[in-house]
Amino acid sequence: MTAPDLPLTAEDVAEIAEILAQSGYDALDVSTRRFRLRLAAAYAGEAAGQAAFTQEWQWAGQVDASAVAAAADAPLDPDAIPAPLPGTFYHAPQPGAPPFVAAGDAVEAETVVGIIETMKLMNPVHAGRAGTIEAVLVPDGTLVAKGAALFRLN
Amino acid sequence: MTFKRLFIANRGEIALRVLRTARRMGIEVVLGVSEADAGSLPAHLADATVVLGPGPSPLSYLAIDKVVGAAHDAGCDAVHPGYGFLSENAAFARGVADAGMTFVGPAIQTLEGMGDKLAARALAVAAGLPILPGGEAPTAEGVRRRAAETGYPLLLKAVAGGGGKGMRRVDHPDDLDAALGMARAEAQASFGNPAVYVERFVARGRHVEVQILGDGVRAIHLGTRDCSIQRRFQKLVEEAPAPAMPAEARAAIEEAAVRLARHIGYRGAGTAEFLVDAEDFSFYFLELNARIQVEHPVTEAITGVDLIEQQLLVAMGKPLALTQAMVRPHGHAIEVRINAEDPDADFRPSPGRVARAAWPAGPGIRVDSHIASGGEVPPFYDSLLGKLIVHGATRDLAVARMTDALARLAIDGLPTTAPLHRRILADPRFVAGGVDTGFLAGLQP
Repeated sequence: MTAPDLPLTAEDVAEIAEILAQSGYDALDVSTRRFRLRLAAAYAGEAAGQAAFTQEWQWAGQVDASAVAAAADAPLDPDAIPAPLPGTFYHAPQPGAPPFVAAGDAVEAETVVGIIETMKLMNPVHAGRAGTIEAVLVPDGTLVAKGAALFRLN
Repeated sequence: MTFKRLFIANRGEIALRVLRTARRMGIEVVLGVSEADAGSLPAHLADATVVLGPGPSPLSYLAIDKVVGAAHDAGCDAVHPGYGFLSENAAFARGVADAGMTFVGPAIQTLEGMGDKLAARALAVAAGLPILPGGEAPTAEGVRRRAAETGYPLLLKAVAGGGGKGMRRVDHPDDLDAALGMARAEAQASFGNPAVYVERFVARGRHVEVQILGDGVRAIHLGTRDCSIQRRFQKLVEEAPAPAMPAEARAAIEEAAVRLARHIGYRGAGTAEFLVDAEDFSFYFLELNARIQVEHPVTEAITGVDLIEQQLLVAMGKPLALTQAMVRPHGHAIEVRINAEDPDADFRPSPGRVARAAWPAGPGIRVDSHIASGGEVPPFYDSLLGKLIVHGATRDLAVARMTDALARLAIDGLPTTAPLHRRILADPRFVAGGVDTGFLAGLQP
């Protein structure tokens, strides 16, 4: 619970980069139990003729994988309308409104069949090709991975 | 009064930003996180974390009772709301105060006045500021009537808005119903309030804003920022001061912002946003953001003022120690937002895992990011994964420094806006300075 100070400010990093630039070394790699910082020369920059560096941080204890990353490669079904991006899938433009499409509806490539909310943006899902909606595969309000089959189209 | 324990009711880079200053001031930090952010860098660095709820923000970051309860139970004496989420929510500020804690932000009446963008327009008129034609439209029919007055194209904007969410440009009457549905849904998802209003759309405008600081009695400004490069009405590049603009035009806008701040007795850090005619520099008040802004670092770079520290000091009840004469801006600063979005696929959001994040480092470079190598960008929130800020003695030097810094930036594992920023920095119109809000749409791929 005791709070060690944050490792380095932007000014600290800039100073270390300057020291490194004068030193003849290309990189500095520091590992502690909490973090690893690698400062490395990229290529000579144009700005004021200074050596140019990058900073790469890695932190211990950060969660590795997530459900989203794991679910990212859903198999592609040729008869399905896939989710164009991950997010929450909605059948209707707003709660209580009628759904964009239902089973049996004919659609064109440009027909909006649903919405996916990702990063607080509402992204329309288009049918992608003309056909008839055979089945709605995912319930309203479900978190879906990119490529997940949303509808079956025939 | 001084704060001992601060609750940060936010996530991502701004949580980290507030944490840094609080720690420097000797204040302990408790962070409220969603389950999706429990392993994030700010959670890792806070003195303590409280899990508020599941990933979707209505169940965590927007759940007023949960946030207030968590802050109170953790023994905090103040709550910093960051930007977005509950930062301009009057009910939240009242909840914080009712629980015996200090809300780091303006007075509740100010949030009520400014959080409602229509009320803000009325206050601006009362303070003598010019505004764009438009107004309230509670129903679809009302929007159509209002549209007949303003003409097309028009903008639909969320009454509770901010950050471009719930905002749609409408070019033809035929598109109105679809755009209204999307705007209302986004406004509901982002702010919990679906109401929208109508405003005339100005094609050749620049977006210029003024940073203000007030203590409820006195108010000063910290100069202009130009944020004309936007997509989906969300800023991508910001610079301070506003370039290619006569000094007297800048002074007139700054003076108007301070007039508004004094008129409402503003307390804390805030930003008055204006639409400025790109040719004759006449200006219209758009809104006052009663919170810290994403782009605050460019102002910090040219003034040397830590805006988060100023927010905390004013919230502690201290009078402003700064006077207008003490604010002496120096040089030029530029910020680019590195978002998890694919600029070549209509800015489609690209949540996921960052395999490697190599940010530039060196003199005049600041990186505000919560994403290190191996960092996770969840699908529930804003796509911002970091901000790259440079400062130079002149605008030309700042542009050169940013060009150089962007050449070194390497974010692997998901598409970002970095390639787009390289194109922007190479564009002669940007290099010349003073582009309008139509610049990005006209940028060659």
